[in-house]
Formats: sequence, structure tokens, C-alpha cells
Amino acid sequence: MKYDWQWSVFFQMAADGSGTWLHYLVIGLVWSLATALAAWVLALSIGSVVGTLRTIPVPWVVRLGNGYVEIFRNIPLLVQMFLWFFVLPEFLPQDLGDAIKQMPPPWGSYVPAVLCLGMYTSVRVAEQVRAGIQSLPRGQTMAGTALGLTLPQAYRYVLLPMAFRIVMPPLTSEFLNIIKNSSVALTIGLLELTGRARAMQEFTFKVFEAFSAATVLYLLINLVIVMLMRIVERKLRVPGFIGSTTQVTAGH
Amino acid sequence: MSSGYDFEVIERAAPYLFREGMTFTLTLTGLAMLGGVIFGTLLAMMRLSRFPLLGLPAGLYVNLMRSVPLVLVIFWFYFLVPYIGAWIIGASQPVQVGAFLSCVITFTLFEAAYYCEIMRAGIQSIPRGQVAAGQALGLNYWQTMGKIVLPQAFRNMTPVLLTQTIILFQDTSLVYVISVTDFLGAAAKIANRDYRLVEMYTFAAAVYFVTSLSLSYIVKRLQAKMAIIR
Repeated sequence: MKYDWQWSVFFQMAADGSGTWLHYLVIGLVWSLATALAAWVLALSIGSVVGTLRTIPVPWVVRLGNGYVEIFRNIPLLVQMFLWFFVLPEFLPQDLGDAIKQMPPPWGSYVPAVLCLGMYTSVRVAEQVRAGIQSLPRGQTMAGTALGLTLPQAYRYVLLPMAFRIVMPPLTSEFLNIIKNSSVALTIGLLELTGRARAMQEFTFKVFEAFSAATVLYLLINLVIVMLMRIVERKLRVPGFIGSTTQVTAGH
Repeated sequence: MSSGYDFEVIERAAPYLFREGMTFTLTLTGLAMLGGVIFGTLLAMMRLSRFPLLGLPAGLYVNLMRSVPLVLVIFWFYFLVPYIGAWIIGASQPVQVGAFLSCVITFTLFEAAYYCEIMRAGIQSIPRGQVAAGQALGLNYWQTMGKIVLPQAFRNMTPVLLTQTIILFQDTSLVYVISVTDFLGAAAKIANRDYRLVEMYTFAAAVYFVTSLSLSYIVKRLQAKMAIIR
């Protein structure tokens, strides 16, 4: 059994006429990154707020935060993608829903994909932030409030600056996850890297060339981010805190 | 919404969804967990071995699997498995492998990388003295692993392994990309046939939500129970 490799396919004109297939895939990578980055901003902002709120001594806020986390954590990403893309416009007022459905491509699938990925990842960020704050000795809050800080001040000046530096490494892996998860957006028609590799395979029948190229691009981008974050992590490291124990958690 | 939420659509579709779809999803989850844990444990043992010839390939495999999206891996194996099959039995044409087998192989191999990291941490959590004690008693590597280290590692890691399985259960919905009728695939089929996307997708979301939430609740209770004993 032999497979006929033809790497020259990458220098042939792509089906959409915009350039070579290689160019076509690289544009896909740019879309993957654009989706992941926009979603990351959303995830980081919502996740930090929710994660912090889940540690404050107000039971109903904590319960609300827990509920939020459970909802987005227990529904598969693909189903959430469908909910944002197919279902949400139906529940909005008529003209707003229509306006969303009529967004020109690729925005029609880009916007739901970013919202979906952002919310999905925000609960993971929230979990990390909560764990980071709770990993601090309880005495820190007490010392802060004993010094006359209000609770918000204790968070602002004592807890959060430490917590964010502690959760840097797990957040890096969440960022890698969000890039990988952006591939799920192909199901709602966003032509990101995996989607373009799939399209290239359908047009050229060069299955393994297309997927190999996509794999290599994912590996490269992973490598770059890991290296960059290693520098950032080294700069932000709290002596005696990071690298002592890394908790194993389930993930994907 | 033009015609209101129609519960009857769900009622009519439910038998099909559960009999066809959920059966597929659960079987796939179960088999992939079993295969993934076994293969993952072997990978973890390879990664922790003294021989670079075993450790290096295992490390490469795990890191490769963990850095590419599952969707891409599903595509890869969907096309690759027929070729591998032909290579194994020496056929000249790619062999026809059913979608189900293809999915089981994909998820087993993909999840093995994640189970491997969990098991690696589990094995490393066992004090070195226990291995030394085993060797002092004259046990060989497989006896030390099988009778002393692995039982404890599995026990310590049960909650994490189960949480990973809940994630696996959710991830199996991605077989949608190769048009397989799992639970979500079945819901999507009905949704498109009857043009009832809202009903079918909210129902699918609700089922996944309830299942995953109850499973994670069980895991949490198990965790609390085991934490007391230790």
C-alpha cells in the first residue's frame, strides 16, 4: 500500500484564486489566531471577574458564579457553538436576530465563534483565578483587613497581584487550548486553519499533505507561544511560589 | 421565533436520539476510556523509564497529540486508518474501516496522551522507597509496577481520570465533523430534516449538561470519600 505524496501541491493555485494553497493555509492560521486572540480578551476579562467573585464572602454571589461556571463547563464546546450560531439569533428581537444572521461572511461565523470560545474559556480562566486566590494563605486577607484596608482594597493591593502571578502558567496552557479549540469554529463555517486544511483536501484530494501542513503550523504556533510565555513567566515569577507543585488536572 | 417552541418535536425524536445517538456516544466514550487508560498508562511507564529509547518517542507522541486540535486529529485518523489497516494486512487498496471503529481508534489514541500525563503524575506520587522496597523483596519491574505502584497510582488518580472521562464524553460530540450519528449528530439530523434547530440543539445541550453535571457531582463525592480515608 503506497500513498502518492505530492508536496508540490502547495505551490499550485488555490481553488478560491487568492494565491497558492500554502498561502491559503497561512491565511487560515491568521484567522485561527484572530479568533483565539479576540476570544482570549473576552475570556480573560470575564474569567478574572467571575473567578474573583467566587472567592468573596457573599454566599449568593459565589453561588451565582458557581452556576455560571457549571453551565459553560458541562456543555460540549461544539453544542455551545451551535447554540450561539443557530439558536441565539432566534431568541433575540426579530430585527436584531435578522441583522446577526445577515452579517456578511466571514463575520457571520467569526462573531459567534469568538463569543462562544470566549465564554467557554472564561469559566476555565475563572477556575484558575479562583484556585490562585484560594492558594494564598488566609492570613493575607486578614492581615490586609487588620491594617484597615476594606475588602476591595485587600483584593486590589494584596490578593490579586499575587494571584495573577501565580496563575500565569495555567493560563498559558488555557491560551494554547483556546487556539486549538478555535478549530471547532469550522462547524459553523469559519475557514480557520483546520477548516482550510479540510477544504484543501476536498479540492485537491491531497489528504495527508494538507493535514501535515496544518499540523506543522499548529506545532509551530504552539512552540512560539510556549517560548514567549516562558519569558513572561520568568519575569513574573513569585520567588518560592511557582514551580514548587504543579497540580494535575484533566483537560483537553 | 416564528412558530414557538415545539416540545412535540423533541418527544418524537427522543427515542431515535437515545437509541441511536446516545448508545453510540456512550459506547465510544467507554471503549475510548478503557483503551486510553491502558495505552496511556503504558505511555506513562515509557516516559518514566530509564531508557531514552522508550522515553523519547513516548514524550514526542504525547506532546504532539496535546498540541494539535482534536478536530484535526479526527480528520487525520479518518483518512489514515484505512491506510494503516491496508499496511497491516498487506492489502494494495485502503481497507474500508467503519466510522465507529475509526472513531474508537482516534479517541483511544488521542485521549491516551491526556491519560498518560495523569498516570505519570499518579506514578510519581508514589514514594520512591516503595519501589526500592519492592526491588529489595526480589520483585521484578512488572511485579513492582503491577502489585505496588500502579494500584496506588490508579487509586490516587481516580477522580482526575474520571474528570478526564467526562471531558472525553463531551469531546465525542466532535465526531460530528465526519458526519457520524452520535447523540449530537442524531440531533443535528433531525434538526435539519424538520428545520427545528432551536428545539433540537437546546435539548441536546440540556442532556449533555445534566449528564456531565451529575457525573461531576459523583466524582466530587468520590473525591471527598477518598480524601478522608487517605
